[in-house]
Amino acid sequence: MTLTAALVRERVRGTLLERVGDTPLLPLRRIGTGRRGELWAKLESANPGGSVKDRAGLWMVIDAEEAGRIAKGSVLLDATSGNTGVALALVSAVRGHRLTLVMPDRVSLERKRIAKAFGAELVLSDPLEGTDGAIREAQRLAASDARFVYLDQYSNLANPLAHELTTGPEIWSQTAGAVTHFVAGVGTSGTIVGVSRALRPRGVRIVAVQPDDALHGIEGWKHMPTAIRPPIWDERVADVHMTMATDDAIAMTRRLAKEEGIFTGPSGGAAVAAAVKVARETTGRIVVLIADGGERYLSTPLWE
Amino acid sequence: MAVTVRLPGALRDATGGETKVEANGRTLADIITDIDRRHPGFRGRVLDESGRIRTYVNVYIGEDDARSKGGTDAPVPEGSEVMVIPAMAGGA
Repeated sequence: MTLTAALVRERVRGTLLERVGDTPLLPLRRIGTGRRGELWAKLESANPGGSVKDRAGLWMVIDAEEAGRIAKGSVLLDATSGNTGVALALVSAVRGHRLTLVMPDRVSLERKRIAKAFGAELVLSDPLEGTDGAIREAQRLAASDARFVYLDQYSNLANPLAHELTTGPEIWSQTAGAVTHFVAGVGTSGTIVGVSRALRPRGVRIVAVQPDDALHGIEGWKHMPTAIRPPIWDERVADVHMTMATDDAIAMTRRLAKEEGIFTGPSGGAAVAAAVKVARETTGRIVVLIADGGERYLSTPLWE
Repeated sequence: MAVTVRLPGALRDATGGETKVEANGRTLADIITDIDRRHPGFRGRVLDESGRIRTYVNVYIGEDDARSKGGTDAPVPEGSEVMVIPAMAGGA
């Protein structure tokens, strides 16, 4: 792995992709009131593709380019429930690559339409099998046609590296080294693994959060005991492991909109609900990552 | 009236490993109650405390979203296929 933040910046200079990262870090003034710890939110919806996945999407594509994996006629491929698909579609549009995405059928209409708008081709997998079904279908496609360059966000080391070299250092710099805890959900695990590598050696405690049930509504997160385990995941990167119920996540998602003006998806609510628990029990500056915006969930019952 | 109900992998633990079950009833509520009789706890995984379909679960009766057909009061014609799926896919 030879990517550096300087190299990625150089490759995208003068394009929209230059705007990936450097997202705002803001205090949660109402939801954070009365806690022992201070709560700060890293707003990843400020990325050009609208989610934290722009970071991994950009780095995985640049990594494939630098490694010479993309030839004339190549088609980038990945399995995704949505945000990574949008990110890869945006990056592919700017970089001039063809892209095929495998997504579970009948979920999150918005993501499918946005990815298609950027020119991605969609393959819909069995909705009953969720993201794991999409992974199996992408593996089958990659094995059947040599034109596919399977990015595989669950195994791709450029995914956590993006967070180790951008998200983590940004948080350190934005808090002037005062961050004491970092709270984020586990999906591919790229965010928590990468940020942990950047901040844990500096004494920051890492809190990893998962859904409390296999059947859950926290888009982007994985219930590890029942899901295909991402090869990049390593439990040892976190000091604390928590679980979150979808109902509590949704309640906090609604509070964030009404009380803080932060319109996010269920994973943002879930992460903040977990961070509130941490802030109740400990002093310090607790940074929580809010992965995306609420617009992508307008077709779901969340906002009805 | 017998119908086939297809369930997501995420609900396997609630039905003893089955992802396809037969059930009887005229409405979606009847169908869910019938499955819950054989697999106690199933109802609470799909419906909330007030008896509505959980916000993160979608139920289709044939091609129709049950929410648009009356929620748990939606009629389930004999021989139709009911599909329960997560509204959010999980993953990333």
